[in-house]
Amino acid sequence: MSTLERLTARLGAALPPEAVITDPVRLRTYECDGLTYHRATPGVVVLPETAEQVAAVVRLCAEFGVPFVARGSGTGLSGGALPRTDGVLIVTSRMRRILEIDIAGRRAVVEPGVTNLAITEAVRDQGYYYAPDPSSQQICSIGGNVAENSGGAHCLKYGFTVNHVLALQVVTPDGEIVELSEQDAGYDLLGAFIGSEGTLGIATAITVRLSRAPEAVTTLLAAFTDIESGGQAVSAVIAAGVLPAAIEMMDALAIEAAEAAVHCGYPPGAGAVLVVELDGPRAEVERQFTAVERICRDTGAFEVRVAASAEERAAIWKGRKSAFAAVGRISPAYIVQDGVVPRTALPEVLAGIDRLQDEYGIRVANVFHAGDGNLHPLVLFDDSVPGEGERAEAASGRILDLCIEHGGSITGEHGVGVDKARYMPRMFTPDDLDTMQLVRCAFDPEGLSNPGKVFPTPRLCGEVPGVRKGVHPLVEAGLAEQF
Amino acid sequence: MDGARDPRSDETTEQAGKALAASGVAVRAAGADDVVAGVPPRWVALPETAEEIAAVLRVSEEHDLAVVPVGGGTKLHWGAPPSRCDVLLDTCCLNEVVEHEAGDLVVRAQAGLTVEALAEALAAKGQELALDVPVPGTTIGGLVATAIAGPRRFRYGTVRDLLIGITVVLADGTIAHAGGKVVKNVAGYDLGKLFTGSYGTLGVVADATFRLHPLPPSRTWAAASFARPVRSGPGGDASEEASAPEAVRLAGELHAALAAAAGSQAEPVAVELDWPDVTGPATVAVLVEGAASAERADAVRALLGPEARTVGERPGWWGRLPSAPPPSRDGARAETDAGRDEEPPAGRGETLLELRASPSRVAGALAAVHVTALETGTPAAVRGSAPAGVVHVALRADAGRTARFADALRARVEAADGRLVVLSAPPEAADGLDRWGRVGALALMRRVKERFDPGGRMSPGRFVGGI
Ligand SMILES: Cc1cc2nc3c(=O)[nH]c(=O)nc-3n(C[C@@H](O)[C@H](O)[C@H](O)COP(=O)(O)OP(=O)(O)OC[C@H]3O[C@@H](n4cnc5c(N)ncnc54)[C@H](O)[C@@H]3O)c2cc1C
Ligand SMILES: Cc1cc2nc3c(=O)[nH]c(=O)nc-3n(C[C@H](O)[C@H](O)[C@H](O)COP(=O)(O)OP(=O)(O)OC[C@H]3O[C@@H](n4cnc5c(N)ncnc54)[C@H](O)[C@@H]3O)c2cc1C
Repeated sequence: MSTLERLTARLGAALPPEAVITDPVRLRTYECDGLTYHRATPGVVVLPETAEQVAAVVRLCAEFGVPFVARGSGTGLSGGALPRTDGVLIVTSRMRRILEIDIAGRRAVVEPGVTNLAITEAVRDQGYYYAPDPSSQQICSIGGNVAENSGGAHCLKYGFTVNHVLALQVVTPDGEIVELSEQDAGYDLLGAFIGSEGTLGIATAITVRLSRAPEAVTTLLAAFTDIESGGQAVSAVIAAGVLPAAIEMMDALAIEAAEAAVHCGYPPGAGAVLVVELDGPRAEVERQFTAVERICRDTGAFEVRVAASAEERAAIWKGRKSAFAAVGRISPAYIVQDGVVPRTALPEVLAGIDRLQDEYGIRVANVFHAGDGNLHPLVLFDDSVPGEGERAEAASGRILDLCIEHGGSITGEHGVGVDKARYMPRMFTPDDLDTMQLVRCAFDPEGLSNPGKVFPTPRLCGEVPGVRKGVHPLVEAGLAEQF
Repeated sequence: MDGARDPRSDETTEQAGKALAASGVAVRAAGADDVVAGVPPRWVALPETAEEIAAVLRVSEEHDLAVVPVGGGTKLHWGAPPSRCDVLLDTCCLNEVVEHEAGDLVVRAQAGLTVEALAEALAAKGQELALDVPVPGTTIGGLVATAIAGPRRFRYGTVRDLLIGITVVLADGTIAHAGGKVVKNVAGYDLGKLFTGSYGTLGVVADATFRLHPLPPSRTWAAASFARPVRSGPGGDASEEASAPEAVRLAGELHAALAAAAGSQAEPVAVELDWPDVTGPATVAVLVEGAASAERADAVRALLGPEARTVGERPGWWGRLPSAPPPSRDGARAETDAGRDEEPPAGRGETLLELRASPSRVAGALAAVHVTALETGTPAAVRGSAPAGVVHVALRADAGRTARFADALRARVEAADGRLVVLSAPPEAADGLDRWGRVGALALMRRVKERFDPGGRMSPGRFVGGI
């Protein structure tokens, strides 16, 4: 019997009936996440219902030295939840309870499989919401959000997952259940865990902050003849001291795709559209709106539309939110890239992307969170044309190089996963990466939790040189504080 | 104490001193002003770059020297005294703004730059680091290492939420970066979070990059006063039974006012409580900033009750840590009568606690402070961002009372899922005091420390669990 088979034989005792999947056909439904070109059939899949069950599975993995990977809804775009053929995939889809809602404390406690949107839906009636809003919010899990430190269109003003999570219950890679809380003294392990892409353990309960719904929301769509003037408008808005909830931009190709897919009816002839959303106290929003509208016209917007109702707002967002999927209408295949540049470098980087299109003979549709310089270039290609996939892949990589050259990042929200691990050395020195992995060594010296993700080469942890293992015997005996 | 290591022979010390001098970094012999919480270092190193910090730390590793970083030195007495301290690593010469691209609302600054100097540079471009104005002399490194935040944490969060990149130097001299200079970035682990609030125990912060905010066009405060809890016994009998219900009433009123302001759609950036003596009156003050601040502050004022008012000036106590009230009639009088002419200077002899509680449990936490103060006969002051879940408590008493106060308050607070940390205490009170209280993941923290500083030489013994 293989190690995995011996482990699998013991899973039944740790889990409820039907919670262990070994049937090859069913296993295959878990072979990839949202990034479908990385695939691997998991050795075994488990569907635990409680933190104790997760811990029991992880303890078995530790005992047998078998790797494990957590999976939420599988919408990740960097292959973070790519399973191991020799390992256990721990899926949180049966951990979907909202455990507590405390409006007065402005917080909720939820299990990791709860979807992002479900939290907002549970508290909306009381005038609250959960602020981070990834476009995938209807399906992605809060556990996945924690692992990826997910953002959304509104994170320009409100921040990311890490700014809205107050505590986590975590199963560590040795199978212990620990509490990481912003209330506790000591190192900010909560902050270090969020965004660690499942490599430091599995989140089994998440305490999120609830935010008060804004009094007023105004959404505006401005159409420009070209992307440069749209970019100028963005800079001018920021320079005017306005912090919109969101500023999103789409270029002509992205607009074309959105029109084809959802008939969003954006102004014809637009070379770029800007979606600006302002929210907050009514009096503030009104003043800021006047400023933004004027800036858009001054920088050359030929049409400005303002949503007067929730329906009109939805109509404006429809084109933007459908953009990823929509390019499927104008291209047989595409790569969704995710890179970040300082806002002031946007014009140069966009021009650079333009040059790459010519160089590689492929098209790139640009959709991006313009306010924080987070680009999502959609690199279009035809997978039936030999060599085109490779060219698209190469161009996509060059876009990341452009981001790094301009002081940016290789990922703003989709994470490193397996997909971008090889780019990490372009952004960080070997010392940087080794230092980050000290954290990994502290949590997971055996490297069993989602191995092969984030870091191109694992650091061998080994024993800590020159220190006692564990605490001083006197401390253990309660006789002394350790000095 | 790790008695095996110290005292070392003069010869070893001399060799270490020579090696430090040969490192090329400015080093001087330590003096009386350089003492860290009662522990005198031997040398003070004054590096000017991250590379020079690394040079000092490499020599320290070779010669097994314990290192304590210092910025402005305003909070060196916070945390436990170091178990040993050979080198005080002073960041005062790392004091430049490395990069400020105004259009990106991002600044990178060296660790020794003071927060005032930074604020001045940023204000010239109409921007600010939204962390309020700490005491003069505070450095960027000290701000990051202590993770202390002011009133506007309610809206902007704390250092960790505004820090987007960091350069650190580890105990073995490794220079490492994490994050970057873009606000949105999820590449790699966030070492900035780990170093925020690490009190110099994981390594030295060499520089930090922050996201900025535009300076708000206007600021308006709304404030309301709340009458003191009435004592029922004649002559102000301070027994718990007599005034606990009154304290509960006042705590409840304060809670209601704080919660109403915090939940207001006028979106205040700070909601603060000031209760200079928990047997006296209290104030709730709310800051609204940005467009239409006056109008919005007025909306908040209406929520605070008929007596509330709005003002364009910050209250005098705003953003300051609380000071202990003068000793009261009963308990503490005997102790201070002797030295009556010599009032200790503000801050001296004082104990400062940080109390954390869910915003839904503010009333209980405030009542707990009141009851604890009465029970131990120790006057206390409370100030802080209750709706953000954090207030500070200041008191001044002898060692025994201080410990009893902290223990009793902690028991009450932890029973309601809160936390109590002793940020600073006078040396004579320090011994019998559990500084940190309950910490959920202490074992993991120890493992992190062991990986980053296997020799246990960075600010040893200063932090939770003796880290
Ligand atoms: C809004 C606000 C209001 C405040 N109000 C008050 C107040 O009213 N009263 C008051 O007393 N304080 C107040 N503070 C506290 C604040 O000013 C601290 O003094 C400050 O955070 C410490 O800075 P420092 O440079 O003096 O640090 P130091 O005192 O030099 O050091 C503090 C700790 O950080 C470590 N450290 C310093 N630099 C580094 C580095 N580069 N790398 C690693 N570790 C380092 C030290 O070893 C030490 O443990 C306030 C802070 C804020 C943000
Ligand atoms: C159409 C579309 C739009 C998207 N838009 C956005 C967007 O706007 N912003 C954004 O940030 N992302 C976006 N994403 C990416 C994706 O939705 C997010 O990364 C999301 O957080 C992943 O959640 P999930 O539950 O699907 O996680 P999965 O894909 O299942 O897993 C993602 C990672 O999290 C780990 N993980 C999962 N659960 C846990 C747990 N409980 N504990 C520890 N680790 C765990 C996995 O091991 C894996 O590494 C989008 C994706 C799609 C398909």
